[in-house]
Amino acid sequence: MANQSGEGLELVGLRKILGGRVIIDDLNLVVNKGEMVSLLGPSGCGKTTTLRMIAGFLIPESGKVFLAGKDVTEIGPEKRPSAMVFQNYALWPHMTVFKNVAYPLKVRKMSKSEIEKRVHDVLEMVNLMHHKDSRPAQISGGEQQRVALARALVQEPDILLLDEPLSNLDAKLRVKVREDIRELQRRLGITTVIVTHDQDEALSISDRIAVMNEGRIEQFSTPQELYDAPQTEYVANFIGSLNRVTGSFENGAISAGSDVIGIRPEDVFFSKNQIPGSVAATVTLVVPRGHFYEVYLKRNDAELRAFVSSEVPKAGDAGFANITKALIYRDGKLVRTA
Amino acid sequence: MAKDVQPLNLYTKSVGVKVLLSLFSGFMLLLIVGPLLWLAIHAFATEWLFPSYKPKGWTLDWFRKVFEVPTLVDAMKTSLIISPIVVLLSAVICLPAAYASARYNYWGRKSFLIIMFASNAFPKIGLFATIATLYYFLNLMGTLVGVIIIQVLGTIIFMTWIPAAAFAAVPKSLEEAARDAGAGKFRVFRTITLKMAMPGILVAMVMSFIYAFDEAQGTFLIGAPTIYTMPTAMYAIVETYPIQVTAVFSILLTIPSVLLIGLARKHIIGGQLAEGFQIK
Repeated sequence: MANQSGEGLELVGLRKILGGRVIIDDLNLVVNKGEMVSLLGPSGCGKTTTLRMIAGFLIPESGKVFLAGKDVTEIGPEKRPSAMVFQNYALWPHMTVFKNVAYPLKVRKMSKSEIEKRVHDVLEMVNLMHHKDSRPAQISGGEQQRVALARALVQEPDILLLDEPLSNLDAKLRVKVREDIRELQRRLGITTVIVTHDQDEALSISDRIAVMNEGRIEQFSTPQELYDAPQTEYVANFIGSLNRVTGSFENGAISAGSDVIGIRPEDVFFSKNQIPGSVAATVTLVVPRGHFYEVYLKRNDAELRAFVSSEVPKAGDAGFANITKALIYRDGKLVRTA
Repeated sequence: MAKDVQPLNLYTKSVGVKVLLSLFSGFMLLLIVGPLLWLAIHAFATEWLFPSYKPKGWTLDWFRKVFEVPTLVDAMKTSLIISPIVVLLSAVICLPAAYASARYNYWGRKSFLIIMFASNAFPKIGLFATIATLYYFLNLMGTLVGVIIIQVLGTIIFMTWIPAAAFAAVPKSLEEAARDAGAGKFRVFRTITLKMAMPGILVAMVMSFIYAFDEAQGTFLIGAPTIYTMPTAMYAIVETYPIQVTAVFSILLTIPSVLLIGLARKHIIGGQLAEGFQIK
């Protein structure tokens, strides 16, 4: 079978059944060399199963996996040019940080001095040299995460696989570590697949995102495209915040109809003055959200939420609200934007 | 109501109760430590007869005497040779079984583990007698091999259950991480699974050793009169030698067990392996 990805990763028609249930069905994905791609979806959507098939822990019922231009479908994880960072890090507690990172090189029968040098370099890179003789139980969660990353990077893999790598870290650390990972990935130009259920995480670090639902990829595109033009209602709901109204959208007004109209709260504007396309509205509730306010509006055609960051109205204010952009779905598929 | 229940107050100011409690604990201590002390004193005493409250004199002669009797020295040698063989053989047979029951869900797995228990639930002497009839047929009566097999039988329960729990406690993701790092299945087992299960395996080996070293019933039935281990030699000693020799022999019989428990304690409780089990 032809392989379009060149040196990256290609999944062709993958199908996986686990416990009598079809988890993945006819999944296709091409990741270019040096690209960082997220598999994003709720738990149970098959994203981890997909990752485990790429790593070699699961063999697909049908379909092919190409890594760096080679068909690896039937090859065990130890012979694949991929390295994985596990969700719980999976560090070996009976080995020091140094030994954990050195293990893949020892398996490859490298000379002692070569191992020493490469482990030092990679520990330097993740800022862990001072912990090289510590055991995993003696260091913090964030540090354990970096050891796991170092253990993957030291193998100089063609493909780096990250399974929810940030889910065990607290919120502040998560943002820092994801930036670190992105920076390292860019610098090393390493093809990376990251599994996550966190849309912020996916939007902020990926070149492209594959949104998964029930074992299929709903949409595979850049974060911007995904946000601006979600191809299905499912994606629109999953990514970002959405006002969802049933009706027919014409000239900024909603009338009776059967389409699903998706409106991002940041595309709804409230003003005291009427402008073309705006409709009379009253403010029912204002909820502070930190750096912006969520304003609940009641128009005569629909109830909408708007994100407002300046000139915040008060509950009970009367004025006008206009919609600058709407996504119109029929049978779950995007038919037009207005 | 649960709220009304007061915790039992064991702290008392009554002198009478205190004295009674002290007497009672002293009595319990005497029951446990007394015989051991009595044994230890006899091992080093020239003679200690009722109603004298202390031995006539002290001597190391009884130890010399024990080591002068060839049958007793032979029994010690036999014990020290057989027990490690039993432990190793048991490990070779049982560890793969333990690993299999921890990692694979095969047909009959549960029954296998329960049957291990069953063999220990029935009176052993019945089992041994049945095996003896089989041994006559196989010409294994009075042979080292026969005795070793009998002792291995008794250690199987330790060597399957404890290591099986230890293997099961090794998270699968740790093995997967090693596969991902490039290690083959056997290397993963050797460097990750076995290493992490080692404390459990050590405990099982110590318990098996103590069992084998102390096993008398089956060993006597199968081994006597050609093969005597330390515990079976005891039967003869009690009948033919002065009490001091019995005391010395008892002390010798305790030494390996005490040493092993001490060693294993250091390795298992204080060692880095114990720390390794605190997975975050």
